[in-house]
Amino acid sequence: MSTKKFMYLNRKAPYGTVYALESLEVVLIAAAFEQDVSLAFIDDGVYQIVEGQNTDGIGMKNFSKTFHALGDYDINQLYVSAESLEERGLSADDLMPLIYEDEDDDWAEKPSVKIVSNAELSKLMSDQDVCLSF
Amino acid sequence: MLHTVNKSVFERNSLQSCLNTIDDSSVILLIEDGVISAAKNTKSSLLADLAAEGRVFALQGDVEARGISSKVADNIKLVDYEGFVDLVVEHGTAVSWV
Amino acid sequence: MAEICGAEVDEEGFLVDLSDWNKEIAVEMAKGDDIELSEEHWDVINFLRDYFEEYQIAPAVRVLTKAIGKQFGKEKGNSKYLYSLFPYGPGKQGCRFAGLPKPTGCI
Repeated sequence: MSTKKFMYLNRKAPYGTVYALESLEVVLIAAAFEQDVSLAFIDDGVYQIVEGQNTDGIGMKNFSKTFHALGDYDINQLYVSAESLEERGLSADDLMPLIYEDEDDDWAEKPSVKIVSNAELSKLMSDQDVCLSF
Repeated sequence: MLHTVNKSVFERNSLQSCLNTIDDSSVILLIEDGVISAAKNTKSSLLADLAAEGRVFALQGDVEARGISSKVADNIKLVDYEGFVDLVVEHGTAVSWV
Repeated sequence: MAEICGAEVDEEGFLVDLSDWNKEIAVEMAKGDDIELSEEHWDVINFLRDYFEEYQIAPAVRVLTKAIGKQFGKEKGNSKYLYSLFPYGPGKQGCRFAGLPKPTGCI
């Protein structure tokens, strides 16, 4: 099966609409088909990977936990817009410490999240075969 | 790249987000409620620079449906569905800003 | 609607309310598939339940296989072993016994 580069653009906060959860489901499906998958978090999408989410009070599934599984699925390129973080008064320290184990480096744990400028994101997007926006 | 935007600039930030990450060779096609952003004499001038470079298109059917044909900025080009397909072919990877 | 030990299941036999699960249900589901649950079955079922608790998803078979090998030894980290325990598929059948939804991407 041929491999394509897929980038998922996540632009919406979790829970208020179903976009974020739907995106994650599609990401996992693409990964099951062993495609080259990366994620970008821009606008309110950055809230999807903010640390300390607790959904007990709204009776919804806390799917922020699922982002920790992405490393198992060989998804280890999570790009976050620096500008979007800044606009919202957030920094890298507010995000979940998402990691993956590098098979080629004796399973060393490495960070999956990378903060990038919008200009860098633009470049990353133009390198993709498919960009899907949620 | 081809970027399609289907939300009005007055309702969502889709157009602004698109502009935040667009590169110098990309073009924008406004579709559905996105064509509202093509109107001239509004308080939003987000598209002015790109339109001046001839890099903004709007889907004619959606413009006409909303009765704003005469209000579309002069340097925004109207395309039909065939023109839409041509843009996809010419510009490769498409991103839909929803 | 079908039921197992008083708990509602869907047309594919998966629990409708995941919180209904108990060991007796797993045993009954397995009996229905002519399987008597061994310690090895329970290792996988418990692993699936722990994984779901931690990540809120059932793992894809590829992920499950790798993780079982890591936790229980290399000789068990392969699909032949897992299919010998769960002939209808470790993802689909295993998750059903474990009271989880069908794994995402499972076809």
